Amino acid sequence: MTVAQIQPQTSSQKPLKKRKSSFRESTKEAIAGYLYVSPFFILFAIFGLFPMLFSFYLGFQKWNGLGEMEYVGLQNFEWIITDPLFWKSLSNTLIMWVMGTIPQLIIGIILAYALNSALVKLKSIFRVSIFMPYVTSTVAVAIVFGIMFNDQDFGLINVILSWFGVDPVSWSTTEWGVKIAISTMVFWRWLGYNTIIYLAGLQAIPNELYEAAKIDGATTRQKIQYITIPMLRPIIILTVFTSTIGALQLFTEPLVYIGRSYREEGLTVVLYLYREAFVNLAYGPASAAAIILFFIIIVLSAINVFVANRIGK
Amino acid sequence: MLSKTVIYLLLAVASLLSIFPFYWMFVMATNENSAINSVPPAMIPGSQLVTNFQNVLNTIDFFGAIGNSLIVSTITTIGVLFLCSLAGFAFAKFHFKGKNILFVAILVTMMIPPQLGLIPQYIIITKLDWLNDLKAVIVPGLIDAFGIFWMRQYISSNVPDELVDAAKIDGCSNFRVYWNIAVPVIIPAFATLAIIKFMYMWNDFLWPLVVLRDESTYTIQIALRGLIDNYVKDNGMILSGTFWATVPLVIVFLLLNRLFIQSLTEGAVKS
Repeated sequence: MTVAQIQPQTSSQKPLKKRKSSFRESTKEAIAGYLYVSPFFILFAIFGLFPMLFSFYLGFQKWNGLGEMEYVGLQNFEWIITDPLFWKSLSNTLIMWVMGTIPQLIIGIILAYALNSALVKLKSIFRVSIFMPYVTSTVAVAIVFGIMFNDQDFGLINVILSWFGVDPVSWSTTEWGVKIAISTMVFWRWLGYNTIIYLAGLQAIPNELYEAAKIDGATTRQKIQYITIPMLRPIIILTVFTSTIGALQLFTEPLVYIGRSYREEGLTVVLYLYREAFVNLAYGPASAAAIILFFIIIVLSAINVFVANRIGK
Repeated sequence: MLSKTVIYLLLAVASLLSIFPFYWMFVMATNENSAINSVPPAMIPGSQLVTNFQNVLNTIDFFGAIGNSLIVSTITTIGVLFLCSLAGFAFAKFHFKGKNILFVAILVTMMIPPQLGLIPQYIIITKLDWLNDLKAVIVPGLIDAFGIFWMRQYISSNVPDELVDAAKIDGCSNFRVYWNIAVPVIIPAFATLAIIKFMYMWNDFLWPLVVLRDESTYTIQIALRGLIDNYVKDNGMILSGTFWATVPLVIVFLLLNRLFIQSLTEGAVKS
């Protein structure tokens, strides 16, 4: 989703003939127009814009939600930046983003390519099966995987590992155990979704391109490199973009999986924010953390756009 | 070229891994804890289907929570379909000053992470006295920038200007033009947006967790999480809860899978 694509296309919007409308009629139309778009702006002003601006204000206050606010300058930001737990939550988020997202996107492309192959029968069955994980709630997924990743030797994953002679792993208490479990949930739930998106992208590539390449004697590898990847580029950008933003907002899986202990192995930035705000009632530091998260998302999105514009060009 | 066998193997493994947790959820929902907590754990369905679900009903208000989720998701979906199509229609077919700036402003709001305003949003809900009230989830849920964007694109390319003009010349009011000309044409766009919005509201977790603290107002996601907070972990009961909460979604998906997949890819690929 690049900015260029979502610009309104005003030039194609103008009616072919200039409508002969009376002054009264065009005023009526304008009033109707403002009226029809106003619910969004009214609701957004109350529940979106005002809270956002107020967060920036709260970031500089000391407040627990009840007493008087007290201006404390940059103290909240200092508090967050010097809190090792914040950095831990940030690095956890980034590690789980890499572990959950990158394999998901790569394997998604491979699966989409396989599904798109003319050779395959039973396409719709494979397609529906692979897509099904998307149609569950995140909470249910986190609960089911939480039980699969049971620390005991009867935990399903540990049983499977034991077939290969691996000792039981304490999935919910070890540094990498927790991250692997959470990344697996994210991977499982979103793989099919991305596969289907890539499939839709692949099917939109005109067949003539491949036929022309075939006549020119292109190998399969060349076809993938010079036709598939460049044509799929906008879709790849979109999925990288959405999954990055999604991963930075990771909350449900870790909260359900690590529970109220907020174990630091699985703490994410949004979970940290939630805990500061609604468990510790430290609204100032929590707002500061939200502001920092906002800038991290902006920076990463900008890097995404920058890198995406260079890939395959 | 990938050989046929490799392709089939790849797809079969991916399909099995995708479906397995559903199957296992069912197996656990029908087994006793002793069968689940043995090595190796139960792999075939048992006989405790009813008992486990009864335990769920004793632990949480399962049907109450499903009802709350239905209320929240249905009302926001209908509201969003109406408000977004109306706004999309205005952006696509009306002329008024500042239209383009307003539209770009809506697009910009999509880039803001929702967590940024979380605390003030919570304070507003408290001030409105909407805490533990489904309104707290429904009303903010009516804001949908993507929905307006989606409707505007669809109406621009599917509702001809000539038809709108002709209706106006015949003396149709602006709202009648929307209702009688645009709405019948944009049914497919409604279907897409309805699926996306309903799924999103059904699965939303963070915001309901913040504003719905009373058990009688829990949505199913919050109620499910309540299952695992028990001191004694009864996995058969827990997975019975997740299983029965998942079944309706999966059935609807299997019945409408073509529309479902098409909708979600349309929404993603086109934007």
